[in-house]
Amino acid sequence: MIEAVGPIKRKFAPWDDPTLKPFIRFENVTKRFGDFTAVDNLTLDIYEREFFALLGPSGCGKTTLMRMLAGFEQPTEGRILLDGKDLSGIPPYKRPVNMMFQSYALFPHMTVEGNIAFGLKQEGMDTSSINTRVAEMLSLVKLEKFAKRKPHQLSGGQRQRVALARSLAKRPKVLLLDEPLGALDKKLREETQFELMDIQVELGMTFLIVTHDQEEAMTVSDRIAVMNHGIIAQIGTASEIYEQPATRYVADFIGDINLIDGTVSAVKDGIATLHSASVDATIMAETGTGEVAVGAEAGFAIRPEKVQISLEAPPAGTPNVLSGEVWDIGYLGDISVYRVRLAGGSIVKATVANLTRMVERPITWEDKVYLTWPADAGIILLK
Amino acid sequence: MAERGTQGMRPFVAKWALVAVPYLWSLMFFLAPFLIILKISLSQTAIAMPPYTPVINTLGEFWSKLTDFSLDNYMFLGEDPLYYSAYLSSLRIALISTVLLLIVGYPIAYGMARAPKSVRNALVMAVILPFWTSFLIRVYAWIGILKPEGLITIALQGLGILGPGEQIHIYNTETAVFIGIVYSYLPFMVLPLYAALEKLDATLLEAAADLGCPPMKSFWVITFPLSLPGVIAGCFLCFIPIVGEFVIPDLLGGSGTLMIGKTLWAEFFNNRDWPVSSAVAVVLLIILVVPIVIFQNQQKKA
Repeated sequence: MIEAVGPIKRKFAPWDDPTLKPFIRFENVTKRFGDFTAVDNLTLDIYEREFFALLGPSGCGKTTLMRMLAGFEQPTEGRILLDGKDLSGIPPYKRPVNMMFQSYALFPHMTVEGNIAFGLKQEGMDTSSINTRVAEMLSLVKLEKFAKRKPHQLSGGQRQRVALARSLAKRPKVLLLDEPLGALDKKLREETQFELMDIQVELGMTFLIVTHDQEEAMTVSDRIAVMNHGIIAQIGTASEIYEQPATRYVADFIGDINLIDGTVSAVKDGIATLHSASVDATIMAETGTGEVAVGAEAGFAIRPEKVQISLEAPPAGTPNVLSGEVWDIGYLGDISVYRVRLAGGSIVKATVANLTRMVERPITWEDKVYLTWPADAGIILLK
Repeated sequence: MAERGTQGMRPFVAKWALVAVPYLWSLMFFLAPFLIILKISLSQTAIAMPPYTPVINTLGEFWSKLTDFSLDNYMFLGEDPLYYSAYLSSLRIALISTVLLLIVGYPIAYGMARAPKSVRNALVMAVILPFWTSFLIRVYAWIGILKPEGLITIALQGLGILGPGEQIHIYNTETAVFIGIVYSYLPFMVLPLYAALEKLDATLLEAAADLGCPPMKSFWVITFPLSLPGVIAGCFLCFIPIVGEFVIPDLLGGSGTLMIGKTLWAEFFNNRDWPVSSAVAVVLLIILVVPIVIFQNQQKKA
């Protein structure tokens, strides 16, 4: 059993408080490498004590953004403010932020202790204070027994902990985590994610994490910025981004989604009626962000777990019904994924939680099934 | 089962055959010549062909003539201060040269390792390019540069630093020997340093900067310690052959430059004293090998 430590995390939403000033502010930041624009006129506010995630595919500019905050890259345009102070012109070694590197970048010729003490020595701290702080850090990451080892004598997970301890030792105003758990296996990664959250709450620091792993971003962070081609596609809490994606890109990038294209035939009280020729059906759903007008080309987006699958036909007149046959079944243990082929040939996914211990499931290959969902289960997204 | 046994034998034999090649090579081209030198060093000079005694033609003779061997030549080396000071002078020149090589070579290797990837190979080529010309010719070329009426004097006169009659006197001094050695051995210092520096992970320097370490300091606490294997390799690669260097001090140094290589050459060719020159060579080998072996044992323990 994993022991719970530290205070319980409660409702925390400084971004909704207009009286609070942002702690980190990227102001119209642009970064170009030759012809390539890595970050494009981006503005972003991060609040104190927030655990903020930059999420996106490789090459979306998330790492560049973080490296600009650390001082390894200079913005081509715009400026970065930390606690109200403009960071431009301040070299990395004078910035009150510390980074945990993706490769960990542990100094191979120093012991675990030496690595953790490195930053403290640069501050000119006296030896006894350094020793106390190093011991504190070692116990925080549970590596007391490994203090005298060199990095090459540690496992991947232990090295990751040393890197974390080293970057936390100086009590930075902001901790930057660059794909911190990428090299760990799945089980250890999940465990470490929760540990990171506990540590962040315990220390009350601002954490900025860069990751391409949506599960990681959703687990650890208070808010997520989904990035694409150097701009922010959406900022929000994990559930906002998952349940109310602003664009098709975000809907598609986060989690699994069914997208059905069609034409809007009516809009009334925030509910749009979409007619789709490809699946030959009329779908009613809430409109997402943006003006949805009659005649607009739009897509209906619905998460597979919100689609109900049934062998029996729903009563006549039920809105939002699709029918088809079971094409593929993916049994994942906790859930089963049904890929249903509609008459028009398109595939819609539905997931069902496996609540019983049945080995034979009632729905099987080539069964004729009906897919239904409540009107608020999906969302209309403009192209 | 028997079949599996024979199959297992083949890679075993192949493995030992592979290992045997370098050992045989060392045996033939290092150990055998060394034993011959060792044997000559224990012999006596003779006016004969070859110029020493006893001459052993068969293994049987070895035992019967065992009493003819003596340590006289080694005693002689201890008695005559010439040898003693030549060894010391060689070690001193080699030590100073190695330090100079490190000072000159490190920035070159560092610059190469930090250069864009596309030009690095060209820079490595540039470092080894002098090997395309004979070593001897390159050392002779330095005579033309360093001699009193040579290129340096002409250049300084042209610049007006030296008056028309004045000359620069570097040739036939120890300075000329240092210039020649540093020039000739530079690739042997630069290449191992470059190999070590090129491997260095640049994110380590970023991590150091991130933790508050300014660039100059991070060179001394990160870059330099991590390049130490290259520093050690380069220093050994230069120091050892420089101690026994003969051509450079002979051509560029004056009669005042005493080096054991020159002494050995004089003993061998001018005095035709093979036993004493062999003893000089054996002592030189011991002077060099013993500290290296001790050092390597220390390295293994660390």
